[in-house]
Amino acid sequence: MLTLTGYSDRLYCRPGDTVQFKVNCESAPEYHAEIVRIICGDTNPDGPGVKEVVVDTPVNGVHPGRPQNIAAGSFVEVPNRLVLEKLESFSVQAYVWPTTPAKGVQGLITKWSDSKGFALIVDNSGSVALKTGDGAQDSVVSVGKPMQGRRWYRVGAKFDAASRTLSVFQVPLHPVPGIDDAGVVEARLEYLPRQSAGPLYFASFSGPTAVFNGKIDSPRICDRALTDVEFVAVGMPRPHPHEPYIVGAWDFSEDMGSRTAVDRSPNKLHGAIVNFPARAMTGWNWTGEEMDFKQDPSQWGAIHFHDDDIYDAGWETDFELTVPETMTSGIYAARLRAEGAEEYIPFTVGPAPGKEQRIALVLPTASYMAYGNDHLGTDGGNGELLNDILNVLTPPDLFLNEHWEYGGSLYDEHSDGSGICYSSRLRPLLQMRPKVQCLLGGFGSSKLWQFNADTHIVDWLDARGFGIDIYTDEELHYAGYSLLEPYAVVLTGSHPEYTSTEMWDAYHEHEHRGGRLMYLGGDGFYWRIAYHPDCPGIIELRRAETGVRAWAAEPGEYYQGFDGRYGGLWLRQGRAPQKLVGVGFSCQGFDLSSHYRRNSDSFKPEVAFIFSGVGDDELIGDFGLIGGGAAGLELDRAGAELGTPPNAYILASSEQHTNAYYLVPEEFLETGPALSADENPNARADLVFFETPNAGAVFAVGSIAWAGSLSSNDYDNNVSRITENVLRRFLDPSPFT
Amino acid sequence: MTQSTYRIDPVKDLPYAREFMATPVGLHSPGLQRVLNVLRGEPLAGKYVLIEITPHKRWRLARLTGERGQPVPVLDTVFTDLETAEREVFMLRWKDHVGQDLVLA
Repeated sequence: MLTLTGYSDRLYCRPGDTVQFKVNCESAPEYHAEIVRIICGDTNPDGPGVKEVVVDTPVNGVHPGRPQNIAAGSFVEVPNRLVLEKLESFSVQAYVWPTTPAKGVQGLITKWSDSKGFALIVDNSGSVALKTGDGAQDSVVSVGKPMQGRRWYRVGAKFDAASRTLSVFQVPLHPVPGIDDAGVVEARLEYLPRQSAGPLYFASFSGPTAVFNGKIDSPRICDRALTDVEFVAVGMPRPHPHEPYIVGAWDFSEDMGSRTAVDRSPNKLHGAIVNFPARAMTGWNWTGEEMDFKQDPSQWGAIHFHDDDIYDAGWETDFELTVPETMTSGIYAARLRAEGAEEYIPFTVGPAPGKEQRIALVLPTASYMAYGNDHLGTDGGNGELLNDILNVLTPPDLFLNEHWEYGGSLYDEHSDGSGICYSSRLRPLLQMRPKVQCLLGGFGSSKLWQFNADTHIVDWLDARGFGIDIYTDEELHYAGYSLLEPYAVVLTGSHPEYTSTEMWDAYHEHEHRGGRLMYLGGDGFYWRIAYHPDCPGIIELRRAETGVRAWAAEPGEYYQGFDGRYGGLWLRQGRAPQKLVGVGFSCQGFDLSSHYRRNSDSFKPEVAFIFSGVGDDELIGDFGLIGGGAAGLELDRAGAELGTPPNAYILASSEQHTNAYYLVPEEFLETGPALSADENPNARADLVFFETPNAGAVFAVGSIAWAGSLSSNDYDNNVSRITENVLRRFLDPSPFT
Repeated sequence: MTQSTYRIDPVKDLPYAREFMATPVGLHSPGLQRVLNVLRGEPLAGKYVLIEITPHKRWRLARLTGERGQPVPVLDTVFTDLETAEREVFMLRWKDHVGQDLVLA
């Protein structure tokens, strides 16, 4: 089991920037740290081997170790205020949509510490209850009727200090005959509850502990025992804020992209939203007539909390590196070692301003984050059936299986079965490491995926003597086209699947302003995502409508809360990948890779430069470290109907895939036979070249496995040759025609 | 994720078992894939997996619990190549499904 884990505050930097490293060291009193440059992270004995170079920096050396933990679970924290602390009589209410009512005690609206205060909770029976205490004694009064999962209830309680009477209610909004889940109970307390001086919480107790799974909408606190009519009135989306009895009326539909829970009452008891629960979620009053929360935010007044949400692990910094000018652009990592344990914390260094090379490689770090800490081998979908090979688990898989507090990936579900729609890098991402193998990497091979697979590209560029600058998706998102402008050629990683609008626009600008783009992967530019406008290192995804989906966004929740844009496939935004790079996701399989065969287009004189040194009948990439071939894992095809430009050359196509390769869902409208690659002609990868305005050009390989074939035969092979032919020609600024 | 309710016939499906033993990974006949859809589609509770104990060299057999967060119990069987592991697990599952050992002869 892993005992050494860590992350950094920054994923990318430039010389002069400072990176903070945060380390959890559980089993040793100290660890040894070195900054290393990562060239190749593949441990496969049949490959080029691990290549890393120690960089002499002041942080290299022994550091004291200490355990650091993660407190997962999302909630809202409202600082204590006198108006809350002086409450004697009170009422609390919220609309709730519980997803795990049988989980045990869960906090809804709690102001509880030192055995005093109040807490509206879901109790052990799954019913709403009110807990009160005076510091010496406490009690719980429950409705005693379990709520049903994924159904809306109006729940609350009131306490009258004069009579010491208490009432708790639970009202299903859509009652069902035969389901006894409505009720009101009353009780008289023998003591007078006293208020705590601690914060007010929604969805948890302090800690967080007893985190609620499900949606909470329109929480309210009032300073007297309300009538039934008043409870209904105060629960409406926009209650009159100056009703004298309202202490707090929170509106989660306000500023949905933020981490603030806005209180519309004059008290302005705004809360801090912690660990990014899902916002822009349909509320109790969503009618289904509107799909876009921007049209009527009041119908999206719910926050969906989860007991395994995590944004920032919040670890203390153990050491920090100020990047010296001597560290040229590249992939680096803090390599940590302690008594048999090893951990890498990767980061990139870009060039100092004005010292850019002519080639840039943009690491698809949004996709690293999307897959970060996946539990594909132990949870969720049936990966073995999909892959048609046994699942192979590695140490990160086993660790993450038992440490859900490290959070899941965008391929996982929360503990309540809802899809994880945010991923943060402010936590250890244990598969975004050199030397790591992943579940989806093909059979018997290097089994690399994302970060480590992309080191095959870095290694090839290094071996072939190309100087490059390394960037990240995150940097591209925030900088836009200006990041790419200095470069003659921009390269992608092997699987740049997740793309923000800003990233997409930057690539488009590059192509249309005379830049050249080499798309060296498969299943790229597939999902739209959003980076948070203010909070670093977190992305949002809505798995809307269609696509290869590990889970499906709920109806009415297709719009991204971070930027208000319609989420889902770029295909559904009128920007199919074929429009940007000539090819788009067509099929996937995870057993064996195959090869390409040249098409007639490849023999045209205009593209002769691509195949210089490649025989007419040569199979391209019938070798490689990823599944044994260059065409494998996830494949993209050209298609004029999807936007492949009419001037595109379809140079080669893959063939002879196994029947474990299936079309992606959006490739067919009706179910039917012949969906696998051994029968369906659209289940293939296409090798494509086309010119873009102002002497720009695009070359696309349409396969994740391509990069794994670059190093075969000491880099002397037709995949390497084609890639180098294109790269050298792309560096020549002369027009193609 | 899809799953299969096909019932493996120990006589009619025996040729497909032989096909698997000859080529456990790769392009399968429709008949073999129908069998594999059953065997590979078992639920997570009790599902066989491999745990890599020496990268690229040694793998240990284990079975998932199907319960989120629970450790993965490991078995004693260790493999030194993945195709042998595929064959072994195929035979274990075959016996579970048809009630008798897989006899290829």
